[in-house]
Amino acid sequence: MSTMAVARHSTSLAHRSLIKTLRTPEALIDVTIQPIIFLMLFTYLFGGAIANGDRHAYLQFLLPGMLAQSLAMGGMALGQNLNADIEKGVFDRFRSLPISRAAPLIGAVLADVVRYLSVCVAILGFGTIMGFRVQTGVLPALAAVGLSIAFGLCFCWISVWVGMLARTPGAVQGIMFLLILPLTFGSDVYVKTDTLPGVVQAFVSVNPITPLVAAIRGLLLGGPVAGPLVTTLLWMAGLLVVFVPLALRGYARRA
Amino acid sequence: MTDDLVVRAEGLRKRFGKTQALDGVDLSMRRGTVLGVLGPNGAGKTTAVRVLATLLTPDAGSAFVAGVDVLKNPSEVRRKIGLTGQYASVDEDLTGVQNLVLIGRLLDLSGRDARRRAGELLQWFDLTEAAQRRAKTYSGGMRRRLDLAASLVGHPEVIFLDEPTTGLDPAKREDMWGVVRTQVASGASVLLTTQYLEEADALADEIVVVNHGRVIAQDTPDGLKRTTGGQTLRVRPVDPDRLPDVLRLLDLVAAPGTSASLDEAAGARPGAASVPVSGDEALDKLIPALRADRVEVTELALHLPSLDEVFHALTGRVKKEQLV
Repeated sequence: MSTMAVARHSTSLAHRSLIKTLRTPEALIDVTIQPIIFLMLFTYLFGGAIANGDRHAYLQFLLPGMLAQSLAMGGMALGQNLNADIEKGVFDRFRSLPISRAAPLIGAVLADVVRYLSVCVAILGFGTIMGFRVQTGVLPALAAVGLSIAFGLCFCWISVWVGMLARTPGAVQGIMFLLILPLTFGSDVYVKTDTLPGVVQAFVSVNPITPLVAAIRGLLLGGPVAGPLVTTLLWMAGLLVVFVPLALRGYARRA
Repeated sequence: MTDDLVVRAEGLRKRFGKTQALDGVDLSMRRGTVLGVLGPNGAGKTTAVRVLATLLTPDAGSAFVAGVDVLKNPSEVRRKIGLTGQYASVDEDLTGVQNLVLIGRLLDLSGRDARRRAGELLQWFDLTEAAQRRAKTYSGGMRRRLDLAASLVGHPEVIFLDEPTTGLDPAKREDMWGVVRTQVASGASVLLTTQYLEEADALADEIVVVNHGRVIAQDTPDGLKRTTGGQTLRVRPVDPDRLPDVLRLLDLVAAPGTSASLDEAAGARPGAASVPVSGDEALDKLIPALRADRVEVTELALHLPSLDEVFHALTGRVKKEQLV
């Protein structure tokens, strides 16, 4: 199977996923309204307590982290959808066609670009209304969006893998929550790391969400970018190297 | 290898946990024919189809489809087959035409060719009006038709239909049979699994009976009936008063240990007599005897048992063997 053929078939299948997504806009709630609600919740409800009453300053700190958290959560639906699709037999048809076995999964992941883009638009757009201001410039901000989407595309392979293993879509959601909650809350998304106990600080320092948030903060607000960016890119490569083969193997076994 | 055999499988075995789904299955199908794979639920029919359609790797055994080794070259096999699964595997969120165009694109047709082929198939399956509607809104029969259309996009040489009419009403079922016959007439070979004996009888050139992961019989529908169940010879005289003579003559050709009787079963039209016979030669003996006694008849027929009887005889026999 040539790379070109895999790319062509994956694109056709991504087109299929996009049609499905656009047909059911309510399936985009978790990448539009939900991140906005989270952003408002933490800014207005907890922001005062966390940041000594300075909600505006807290929003500047929080927003890049909310972006990272929403991206990680945005990948959950993919695993759930794939799990449901496989149960319905649609993938049997794909398996019986002369296409690469990876194409249906790659296609589904590619279509998720739309969801991650909508996370970025929702959070940056609504955040700006709430008073968030990019301190750097258009290009660094676009780079932050690009990095976010790219990270989402790598991170979601975990969800794809879980989607291949779990028995029901509900189970996919449960497992992914169990993974994403410690990753996103056990980082400096919400509070500065130095307020945390030592053990938690150690976890935060090895958590892939931490360098991602640092890189996005750097790109949006200024500050060091290169270091956290390299760490994030390495994490992304690592996620692909580990979870793409696992997901493909899970898919092949799920017959 | 004979080129005439478009499906050839030997010694297929597949185990799922504690269940031996396939326990050494041999199958062969001649080009341009319909092979019916018949068996109760859980007999291994679907597993066999999934192995032949490259969806499952068997634990042991070999299989060739359209001359290509299923295990060594599955992607080449996939170019030559069409599969319609047990559950209509159409994409509910896509319209009829989108479903078919997607398959065409995945088979490397250009956008224009994919759309043209989709249009042809939709028209042929009487779905043109519903083409722009989401498959979610289709009735069960329409989904089956769309599913079958999807498996035909690439003009497959071999078509696998796994219980294509399960859950369809009788009229829709006969429509489906028409489609299968048309495909065969245009040169395709069809392997279909079914639980309906009637369906196998109506469509299949040859029938394979599968039970507990094994092939327990393979023959033509008539051959199967002839070898497994006894045949019955029935005579209806013009004059009902001659029935005693008919009974006497029928006894002369009766199968060993049986005797003629009047057709008195509930629902049977009175005025005829029947006898179990062991072969066609009973007719050859009876006709001259009737003539010699000047018995005129309105009905003289040799009945094969229904495939139902054959099936129960075959699967029942296996059960008894296992008890011993």
